[in-house]
Amino acid sequence: MRWIQAFKMALKGIASNKIRSALTMLGIIIGVSAVIVMVSIVQGSTRQVTERLQGMGTNLINLSIRGRGSTRRVNEKDLLEFAQNNSDIIEGIAPTISGNVTVKVGNKNLQTNLVGTNEVYETARNTSVQQGRFINALDVERRQKVALVGTYIQQELFDSINPVGQHIKINGDIYTVVGVLEAKSNSTAGSADDVVVIPYTTAKRLLRNAMISSYYVQAKTPDTVEQAMTKLKDFLFKIFNNENSYMVFNQADMLESVNEATKSMTMMLGGIAGISLVVGGIGIMNIMLVSVTERTREIGIRKAVGAKRRDILAQFLIEAVVVSCLGGIVGVLLGIIFTNIIGNALGIPSTPTMLTMLISFSFSAFVGIFFGLYPASKASKLSPIQALRVE
Amino acid sequence: MIRIENMYKIYRMGSNEVCALNGVSLHVKPKEFVAIIGPSGSGKSTLMNIIGCLDTPTSGRYFLDGEEVSKLKDDSLASIRNRKIGFIFQSFNLLPKFSAVENVELPLIYMGVGKKERRKMAIEALERVGLGNRIHHKPSELSGGQQQRVAIARAFVSKPSIILADEPTGSLDSKSGTEIMNIIHELHASGKTIVLITHDNNIAAQAERIIRIHDGKILDEGEVA
Repeated sequence: MRWIQAFKMALKGIASNKIRSALTMLGIIIGVSAVIVMVSIVQGSTRQVTERLQGMGTNLINLSIRGRGSTRRVNEKDLLEFAQNNSDIIEGIAPTISGNVTVKVGNKNLQTNLVGTNEVYETARNTSVQQGRFINALDVERRQKVALVGTYIQQELFDSINPVGQHIKINGDIYTVVGVLEAKSNSTAGSADDVVVIPYTTAKRLLRNAMISSYYVQAKTPDTVEQAMTKLKDFLFKIFNNENSYMVFNQADMLESVNEATKSMTMMLGGIAGISLVVGGIGIMNIMLVSVTERTREIGIRKAVGAKRRDILAQFLIEAVVVSCLGGIVGVLLGIIFTNIIGNALGIPSTPTMLTMLISFSFSAFVGIFFGLYPASKASKLSPIQALRVE
Repeated sequence: MIRIENMYKIYRMGSNEVCALNGVSLHVKPKEFVAIIGPSGSGKSTLMNIIGCLDTPTSGRYFLDGEEVSKLKDDSLASIRNRKIGFIFQSFNLLPKFSAVENVELPLIYMGVGKKERRKMAIEALERVGLGNRIHHKPSELSGGQQQRVAIARAFVSKPSIILADEPTGSLDSKSGTEIMNIIHELHASGKTIVLITHDNNIAAQAERIIRIHDGKILDEGEVA
C-alpha cells in the first residue's frame, strides 16, 4: 500500500514538471537506444557473415594448392584417389576451377563467372538445383558440354523460358543447359547467382588450364572434419615436403575468427554506448538534486504531517527510477526503430534480441536507483523545521 | 497532556551558543486552550517546534500523553506528529500543486488510510471549515483565509488531540482572521487541546490561559478573566 502510494506521488512529481522530466529522460533514452542499435547491428552483421559461411556447406574443408617452386605436383586424380582410400572419413572431393567467360543465348550475351567442378560440389557447397539436375559423374568422365545456370543468368538470358534443355554459348562453344541452381543470394550481377557451372574436365579445356588448384573436401560428419584435415595435410606433406605449398582450412576456423572479432566489437561499441547511459544517469542525479532543493518546503510539510524518512526516500527514489525506466522503455522502442532503419540502410538485416533489450532496460533501471539514491537520501534526512523555514 | 520540565534548547552557530530555551517548564491540561505569547526572538517558535515534535530539546524532559518524547528518534517523532498533532502555520504551508482535498488527505496517506476512506474524511473536514464547494481548487485559486481553512482541515482530519497554531492569523486581514479564530474556537469546543502561538495580545486574550515567554524563560502564568 505504502509503495503504491509512493509510486503515485512520484508520478505526480514527474507530471508536474513535464519538460524537465522529458529532458532528464532524454539522456537515458539516447543511452538505451544507442546500446540497442550498436549491439544489434554488430550482431546482425555477425549473423550475416555466419550464414554466408554456413551457406558454403557443412563439414567443408578448403584446400588450395600453390605448389610453385616444387618439383612435385598433385593433380585431381591423386586427390580423388586419396578420397576413395579414406572413404570412412571423407565423403568426397570437388575439384574446382573458375574463370570469367562470356555467355550468349540468342543475341543476348553477358560476362559471368564460370565454375568447373564435379558432382560432389552439390552437397559440399550446399548448392541445390531448382529445375533439372546437377552435373553427374558421367558428365565429368565424358567431358560433356552441359551447364547449370544461376538465377541471375536465367533472368537475364532466358526471360520466362525454362532454360532446361536450351542451348547456351560459353566462349563460343555450345552447351546444353541441364539445370537451374537455387538462388543463394539476391539474384543480382556479381552475386553468387551470377554463375554458370560445368564439369571440371570440360572447364579445364575451356579455360586452357591444366592444373586445378582449388578443392572442396567434404568430411563425412562434423566430427571427422579434424581427422580428415590431418590426413589431408599428411598426404600433401608427403608429396610436397613443404607446408607452404598448400593451404588447408575449414569453416569452423573461419567462424571462430569471425566470432572473436565481432565479440570484441560488440563489447567496444556496447561499452561506448554504455558510457552515454552513465552520463544520462548523472543527468538524473543532477536534476534530482535540484528538485530536492526546490522542493525542500514540500519535504518539510510532508514531514510535519507525519512522513517518515523512508516515505520521503521512497518518493524521491521512485521518482528517479520511474524517470529512468520510462526513458528506458522509450529508449528500447526507439532502439528497435533505429536498428531497423540503420540496418536497412547498411544492408544488414538486424533485429534487437530480447536479451539486448532486457539488459539495456535493466541497466537503465539500475542507473535510476544508483543515481537516485543520493538525492533521495539527502531529501529524507532534511530536518522538518529547517525545511519549513525555507521560503 | 503536555508536560515540559526544565527544558533547554541551545543552538550552536559557529563558536557562539544561543540559548533559545532557558529552563522552561510548563503544563497543558487536556482540552485546554493555551496561548503562548512573546516578542520575536523570545524562543516561542523553538518551544512550539519542540511541543510539535518537529525538534528535540538539548536537555529537559517532555511528556506527551504520559509518554516521554524528548528522547525519540526522527521516525518515532514523525509518527507522533501524524497521530497526535495537527499544525496550523502562519504561511499555511500547503502543497501548491495539490488541490485542497489532496492537501487535506496528506496526513491520512502517511497514516495508511485507504483511498476511498481518505477522500471521504478529507471532504468531511473541508465541509466542516465551509469549503465543501472548493475541494478541487489549487491553493493559488483560493484566498488567504480559504487557504488557512484548508490548512486547518488538514490539521484536524487525522483526529489528533492537539492542534498547534503558529500565528494562524498573522498573514490574514482582520475579517479572515476572525473567521479563522472562530473555527479554532469550534475545534476547542469539540474537545481539542489548542496551543496557540502569537505576539498579538488580542488574539491571545481569546485563550483560556496565557503563557508569556521572554528570552527563553516563562515570565508568568495567569488566568484570563
